[in-house]
Amino acid sequence: MRVVVDLTKCQGYGQCVFAAPDVFRMPHDEALMYTGDADRDKVLRAAAACPVQALLVDQEGILGRPEDAVRGDGRVPVDRIVIVGASLAGMRAAATLRREGYPGSLTLIGKEPGEPYDRPPLSKQVLTSRAAAVDTRLPKREIGAEWMRGVAAVGLDLDGRRVHLADGRAVEYDRLLIAAGVRARPWPNPQEAALDGVVVLRTREDAEDLRRRLAAGPRVLVIGGGFTGSESASVCRELGLQVTLAERGRAPLVGALGEVIGGIAADMQRAHGVDLRCGVTVSALEGDRDGRLRRARLSDGSVLDVELAVAALGSVCNVEWLEGSGLAAGPWGVGCDAGCRAFEANGMVREDVFVAGDVARFPHPVYGYQFLTLEHWGNAAGQARVAAHNMISEPEDRRPHLALPVFWSAQFDVNIKSVGVPAFADEVAIVQGSVADRRFVAAYAITAGSSPRSPSTRRSGWTSTVT
Amino acid sequence: MATAYKTTAYERFLDYASRGDPYPLFWELRKTPVAQQPDGSYVVSTYREIVSLLHDPRVSSDLRNLPEIANIRIPAEEGVPQLPPEFIRRDPPDHDRLRAAVMKHFGPPGTPGRVAGMEPRLLEIITELLDGLADRQRIDVVDDFAYPLPVAVICELLGVPREDEPLFHRWSQISVETNDPTTGTIVERNRRRFETLAKLGQYLDGLADAHLQNPGDDLLSALVTDGEMARPDVLSTSALLLIAGHETTVNLITNAMLTLLRHPEVLDRLRGDPGYAVKVVEELLRYEPPIHMPGPRRTALEDIDIAGTTIPKGSVIILVLASGSRDPARFADPDRFDPDRADNQHLGFGGGIHFCFGAPLARLETRLALTQLVQRLINPRLVVDPPTYRHPPNLRGPLHLPLDIDGVRAA
Repeated sequence: MRVVVDLTKCQGYGQCVFAAPDVFRMPHDEALMYTGDADRDKVLRAAAACPVQALLVDQEGILGRPEDAVRGDGRVPVDRIVIVGASLAGMRAAATLRREGYPGSLTLIGKEPGEPYDRPPLSKQVLTSRAAAVDTRLPKREIGAEWMRGVAAVGLDLDGRRVHLADGRAVEYDRLLIAAGVRARPWPNPQEAALDGVVVLRTREDAEDLRRRLAAGPRVLVIGGGFTGSESASVCRELGLQVTLAERGRAPLVGALGEVIGGIAADMQRAHGVDLRCGVTVSALEGDRDGRLRRARLSDGSVLDVELAVAALGSVCNVEWLEGSGLAAGPWGVGCDAGCRAFEANGMVREDVFVAGDVARFPHPVYGYQFLTLEHWGNAAGQARVAAHNMISEPEDRRPHLALPVFWSAQFDVNIKSVGVPAFADEVAIVQGSVADRRFVAAYAITAGSSPRSPSTRRSGWTSTVT
Repeated sequence: MATAYKTTAYERFLDYASRGDPYPLFWELRKTPVAQQPDGSYVVSTYREIVSLLHDPRVSSDLRNLPEIANIRIPAEEGVPQLPPEFIRRDPPDHDRLRAAVMKHFGPPGTPGRVAGMEPRLLEIITELLDGLADRQRIDVVDDFAYPLPVAVICELLGVPREDEPLFHRWSQISVETNDPTTGTIVERNRRRFETLAKLGQYLDGLADAHLQNPGDDLLSALVTDGEMARPDVLSTSALLLIAGHETTVNLITNAMLTLLRHPEVLDRLRGDPGYAVKVVEELLRYEPPIHMPGPRRTALEDIDIAGTTIPKGSVIILVLASGSRDPARFADPDRFDPDRADNQHLGFGGGIHFCFGAPLARLETRLALTQLVQRLINPRLVVDPPTYRHPPNLRGPLHLPLDIDGVRAA
C-alpha cells in the first residue's frame, strides 16, 4: 500500500495519526510526517478519517472510481496519447485520462528508471531515514499504459506528431502532453561539481545518496537558502550535524516569501543552530588529491572545512529536447495557455500538444495574465488533471487551470504554507498569531498598480507558521 | 409557537414535530445561506459559509462575550465551585493551551497510539454487551447497547467509576438539555448549565483528589498529576469529556443502526465486508450525524460580511452543520445514503480549531459496534419506523430503537 499526503490540503487535524499511529506522525504539534509503506487497513481508515481528504492511497485515491468519471458528450476522437514525463504530473494526467473514460493507447516516457515516486518526502523523511527512498513510490493502479522508463525523449516532430527517443525509436501521437519537469541546477564549475561530496537533491537517487553521506556525520555546507536548501539544513540539524548555509540574498526564502518572512526564517535557522551566512556566495569548492571535497571558499574571504556540499541552486527546465521543434520552449519553460495547450514559437496555440507541471509556463488571470511557472506539488497535480481533461474534450468542454498556487514546506519544526504568489506583493503584514511562537499568518498584498487582494483570514487548525 | 406561515424554517426545524425528518427543511434553510432570525441570531446552513465561519477568527465560541452570560453567577451553596468554561467554549490562546494539555494524554504528538490501543478492550465490552442479549427476541439498541457502550468507554478512559453512572447521568442530561434552544432563553439555559456543572464539578473534584493520591492509567489521573492545568480547568475539562462521551456516540450508533436497517443492501454488504465499515461510518456522519449544530453558540467579534449579509458584531451565530453536510452545492445527490461517496468532507465532527476532540474514539467505537451488531444480531427488524426521538434538535437521535431479532450469533 502506497500513500501520498497532499500537505497543501493538510490542516494538522491529526486524525490519520489516531487511525494509524505507526504510519503517520506529528513530530512537533503540527508538521505531519509519514512513513512510506504501511498497513493497508489502517491507512484506509486514516484516509477516510482525514477531514480535508488529503491522503491519497492506491486503493482509489489517485485514480478515483471509474463511476466518478465525468463523461461529457464532447469527447474528441483520440487514439494515441503520449506523455513525456512519468512523475507526478504525468501520472496524474494518465490517471485522469482513464478516469474520464479515455479508451485509447497511452504511453508514458520517463527518463528516470524505476517507478514514479513522490518528491516532497525526499528532502524530509528520506534524509532523516524515517522513510526509505524506495517507499516514496507514487500510488498507482493498473492504468493500462505502456511505460517507457529509463529512456529520454530527445526530439519532437510537430508536423509528423512524433516524439524521438534516445534509443533511436520514435513514438507517434494524436495528443502529446509535455510534463518533462525540471532537474536540479548543478554546481556551475564542472571540476568542482565532480568532487566527491558535492551533491544536488532532486531525484530519489540523489536523496538516497545524500542520506548515506549524512549518516557518515560530515560537516555540511548548503549552498542556497531556498526551500530545498533550507529543508536540507533543517534535516542536518535534526541529525545533529554541523551545517553552514550560504545564501546570496539577505535572508533565506527571500525569493519566495520576501524579506520580512525571510528574516523570521533566518532567526529560526540560527535558533536551530544553523551557521547561516547571508549576502555571501561560494567562490570555490576545493578537494584533496583523491577528489574529495575538503574546503569551501566564500566571497567574504572566509574558508570552511566541509566534507559535504549540497548545491541547492534551483532548477533547470527539461526543454533541450524541444530545441528546434517549433514550440515556445526555453530556459523559462514551455509556454502554454490556461487550458494547457502549448504555444508554438510564434505564440500560436497548438491543439495537439499540452503542457503541465514544473515545466509549464502559463498565464494566470489573477495575476494580470502574467506567465507563471510553478514548481509546486499541488500545481503539478492540478494542472495535469486540467491538461488531461482538455486533451480529450471538445473546445466547449475544456477547462482553464485557474487554481491559486499553493505550497508547503516542513522545516525547523514548523510547517510553512503559502497561498498565492507572495513574490508579487509589495506589502506584508502579520495578521494573526505570534511570530515569537512561530505560529502566525502573514498576508501579502499588492498595493501598487493592480488591485490589492484581500488577505486570507482563515484560521487553520493547528498548522503553525502559515505564510 | 406561532402559526406555520409566520415561523422561519429554522424555527420549524427546532420544533419537535420535525425531529423525525428535519432534512427537507434544510433545503428551505439553504435558500438563505445566512438567515437572521426573529431573536436576532444568524443561522448559517450552507457548506461553504459554515466552513468559512468555522475557520474565522472573528467568530468566538466564548459566550462570556455576551454580557448577560458573563454576568451569571450561581450562588455559592456548600462551596460548590462555579466551573470555568471548558475548552470548547473558549477562544485562542486559552482554548489552544487547554486542548493541547488534554491532547497530550489522548493523542498525537504525545500519545499517538492511545485510542488505537483501545480497540481490543472496546471489542471486549461490545462482546459482553451482545453476549448479554443472547436470549432476547426484542432489544432496544439504545438502552441495551448504544448507551452503555460509550459510557463504559468514557468511564474507563477518564477514570470515573461506572457504578456512579446513575449519578452523573442525570447531570449530564440536564447539561445537554441546556444546549437545546427550545428549552429557554440563552441566559436561562446557561444558568441551569452552570448550576449542573458545578454539581458535576464537585463530584469530579472528589475523584480528582482520590486519583492524585492513587493515580491510574486514566485521563483524570494524568491531568491531576502532570499539573499543567489548574484544578478548576481539570474539572471542566473532565465534565466536558464525560458529557460528550455520554451523549453523542449513543446517537451516532443508534442513527447508524436505523439507517442500516433502512438500507438493507448496505447492511448486507457490511456484514460480508467489515472493512466497509470505515466508509459507512463516514457517510453516517454526513447523512445522519449525531450533532446537528454545535452545542456552544458562537458569536461575532466583529461585523462579518458573508453571503451578501453582514452579521453584526455581537450577534449569535448558529452553524447548522447537518444542513451543510447535505448541501447539494458540495455533495452530489445529498439526500442519498451512499457510503461509496468519494471526497466525503462532511461536517459530522465540525471543523477548525474546535474539531471534535473525541472524533477518533467515536469512529473506533462506531466502526467496531456496527461491525459486531450486523454480524451477531440474527435477522434484525425495525419494530417502529420512524422511532421516537429525543427532544433536542442539536443532539439528534432516537430515544429508543426497538428491534426484533431471531437471536444473537456466538462471538
